[in-house]
Amino acid sequence: MRILPFLICLLVTTGLILLLNTPLRIGDSHTPRLGYFLSPQQGFWQNAEPDSLDLTETLSVNGLQGNATVYFDERLVPHVYADNEHDAIFLQGFLHAKFRLWQMDFQSDAAGGRLSEIMGDSSNGTNFLYIDRFFRRLGMVSGAEKSLAAMEADPQTKAFQDAYTEGVNAYISRLKDKDIPFEYKLLDYKPEKWTNLKTVLFMKYMAYDLAGFEQDFEMTNAKSVFSKVQMATLYPYGQDSLDPIIPKGTKFSPAAFSMQPPAGADSLYFHFKKDNSRTDSILQPDKDNGSNNWAVAGTKTQSGRPILCNDPHLGLNLPALWYEMQIKTPELNTYGASFPGAPGIIIGFNDSCAWGFTNAMRDVRDYYEIQFKDSTRQEYWYDSAWVKTTFRDEIIKIKGKPDHVEHIAETNWGPVMYDKDFPDKLQTGKSYACYWQAQQGSNEMHTFRNLDYSKNFDDYLEALKGYACPGQNMIFACKRGDIAIKQNGKFPAKWRGQGDFLMPGENDLYAWRGFIPDSANILMHNPERGFVSSANQYPYDTSYPYYLGGVYPVYRGYLINRELKAMQNISVADMQALQTNNYNVFQEIARPLLEKYIDRSGLSGLEQKYLDLYTSWNLQNNADEVGPSIEKVWWDSLMTTVYADEFAQTDLPLPWPEKSTLLDGLLKDTTSYIFLDDIRTNQLESLQDDITKAFKKAVPVLDKASKESALPWGTFKKSGIRHLLRIPVLSRLNLFSSGGETEINALKNFHGPSWRMIVELTDSTQAYGIYPGGQSGNPGSKYYDNFIDDWVVGKYYPLLFVKEEVIKNRPNLKGILTFKKA
Amino acid sequence: MKLLLSIILVALLGFAAPLYFPWWSFAITTFIVLFFLHQSPGRSFLAGFAGMFILWAGNAIWIDMANNHLLSQKVASILPLQGSYILLIFLTALIGGLVSGFAALTAAYSRKKKTVS
Repeated sequence: MRILPFLICLLVTTGLILLLNTPLRIGDSHTPRLGYFLSPQQGFWQNAEPDSLDLTETLSVNGLQGNATVYFDERLVPHVYADNEHDAIFLQGFLHAKFRLWQMDFQSDAAGGRLSEIMGDSSNGTNFLYIDRFFRRLGMVSGAEKSLAAMEADPQTKAFQDAYTEGVNAYISRLKDKDIPFEYKLLDYKPEKWTNLKTVLFMKYMAYDLAGFEQDFEMTNAKSVFSKVQMATLYPYGQDSLDPIIPKGTKFSPAAFSMQPPAGADSLYFHFKKDNSRTDSILQPDKDNGSNNWAVAGTKTQSGRPILCNDPHLGLNLPALWYEMQIKTPELNTYGASFPGAPGIIIGFNDSCAWGFTNAMRDVRDYYEIQFKDSTRQEYWYDSAWVKTTFRDEIIKIKGKPDHVEHIAETNWGPVMYDKDFPDKLQTGKSYACYWQAQQGSNEMHTFRNLDYSKNFDDYLEALKGYACPGQNMIFACKRGDIAIKQNGKFPAKWRGQGDFLMPGENDLYAWRGFIPDSANILMHNPERGFVSSANQYPYDTSYPYYLGGVYPVYRGYLINRELKAMQNISVADMQALQTNNYNVFQEIARPLLEKYIDRSGLSGLEQKYLDLYTSWNLQNNADEVGPSIEKVWWDSLMTTVYADEFAQTDLPLPWPEKSTLLDGLLKDTTSYIFLDDIRTNQLESLQDDITKAFKKAVPVLDKASKESALPWGTFKKSGIRHLLRIPVLSRLNLFSSGGETEINALKNFHGPSWRMIVELTDSTQAYGIYPGGQSGNPGSKYYDNFIDDWVVGKYYPLLFVKEEVIKNRPNLKGILTFKKA
Repeated sequence: MKLLLSIILVALLGFAAPLYFPWWSFAITTFIVLFFLHQSPGRSFLAGFAGMFILWAGNAIWIDMANNHLLSQKVASILPLQGSYILLIFLTALIGGLVSGFAALTAAYSRKKKTVS
């Protein structure tokens, strides 16, 4: 034995292994353990799925009550045939885990404020600990615990959920280490057991995304800058161009509560004062988390049967939010889009009906100021007395660091979200409790499950009962011919302006007056006009006796209703064309105004060229048009020209007005719209000055894009679908795509139609659908993103809603999973 | 002959061990192979390196061909290797080879010097 060389070699060998078995820090992020990650037998290579995928297998699984079979069609959509609900939902959980385990785990962890555990406290410039603290303080976990209790109190939904969780865990327990999804290997962690709470947390995340939007701090800042008249101009209640979901002129019953603001609100709540401090960035769901849905009655269709359409607009991610499947038992036969992480079909159809959702957009998240007795926060002032605070300690585990304990003060208004430990956007240093509908326990799964089973209009009404949050426009059509829509949810009864600003919390004077009675959530059933629709616009006009706080887009709803009114003899192809319609109705209204007021006398040759391109544009937001790029930059520039001078009066965040607000304001008053004047100059600017100036500022931006060949709309708007970890190569970026913010085809930057579905309720259901993604969540599978190219160009797939005898003999099946009970 | 046999044994056991043990367990099997099939340090390193290099390269190429380079190109962009699956396969094989090579060298030095192979 040669001691020295032996020792050196031993050291080198173990050193190499240690080095390759440790995540290395590069800047702000970590590499995977390279030896493990690159090992062909254990690492990422095992996730590289063979192109010629065959899923056929016979599995003996513990927990199944009977035998079952799953057929994968050519798009890898599973068709599950089981003996009973338990087994069907068990297999749904099993399949979700088989194809989307990392995604469902990660999304649920994000909702529960556990990202630091996976990502470390910060990585690649993202402060994960801040995000985790934000969700904990918002009450996501305590809210989920309450909803879990509500869901488990109902034996039906508990059984539904339990079967799902069992199925997910049956898959996880069979999963070999080498087969865990790619992202676990990349981030170097392992899947954990699924629980019912993880499902509820995921659903709370959806509630946050859809009913978590508020701008109370920004609005509170705004009232310190603007006068009452200015406020009403910038942030009006109702919109001129509005066509509400329930048509104008509908008579409403008077409010069930007094809707008078509290005495003294004029001086206390609607006051104008100036504050000064610094701004900070904060998490906020996309306010355009919206959607379209409509159903047309048989009187308007070619087949004489209703057609239902739905396309929810959400943040677009890979792996995709949705997973498509058919579930069949002797009592149930349903098809549609499901959420990996939750049981049931969420948006879909069955043998008798079809249903879908758009977001209600109502403001159900408010803040109340809390006065603590001292810095220990043990007591707070309420109703002329000191009340004991309760505390909830939430432990946030951090990868590679000691745990962080979030000591959350809880009051009768809810958890204290902002205080000196977690400053608010206005840096007030005060304490604010957040009162949010999603913090309350409620059983939404009842609705999703029972819609899957609904056979007729009465079943639909029954399924909607008890649903609380996030409020949705729930649309319905059935083979008997009914069509219906209802804005469904538990909505607070607020007086006009309540919850727009931060509210005092020293007594119940500013509390919600109660909840709007369900009878005042208006149902529209088989209307004379032959259709029902919603596109996140105001549900009612402003004569509705309760305040409809929130931000509502206007143009999609307006155009959908205009088109549907004019259409007769409707076919599925017509509905596909409408769902992917790129007509810019906003510019139909805005362009005459811009053309009228632009001063052409001083335009350069280049400016004239862009103006000509704009005026000759066909108003279609198609990918190859340059008109939409010009209108976007010009209108944004006009908004800045009109508002930026007044908005520069504060460094703190303000809500930026809606496009429709400026357009409606200018149409009403072209001469003395109060924001036209630039308050920083001595002369008085006119509409002509502003429009011309905005245009001249827009042209260099457009010309630069043109020189980079990035002027066509499809390139200019940079639409893409990002991987949940924002890794570019796992994403599909720069999709050459049509549509936009105000179009029915609402594809913006990273946000748009997440599942397009059209269902014609003929005797044998004709259904079509597509979503931007693929059935597999594995970046190493060709089924990861294979729908995207078709989705971009507006294609649809026929949805196979079939009996087992039919699918059995279908060519091109990607495999058959035969399940035997163990 | 001894060299070829040791390369084959390194590869075979280097494949079998990680089926049950951590990814680096092949270092131990390589050590055992080269301990019993005692050779000069140079030849030992060569046997250890080649056995695992060939195994990992072959395994990766096999998987990668069936996958149409779909995942390897993505990983080669994350790592960063300019999206080149060839470089990624080379890096994979090199890591296996180096660890195994040094394990083999350790084995060679753990015994008395051998003058003739």
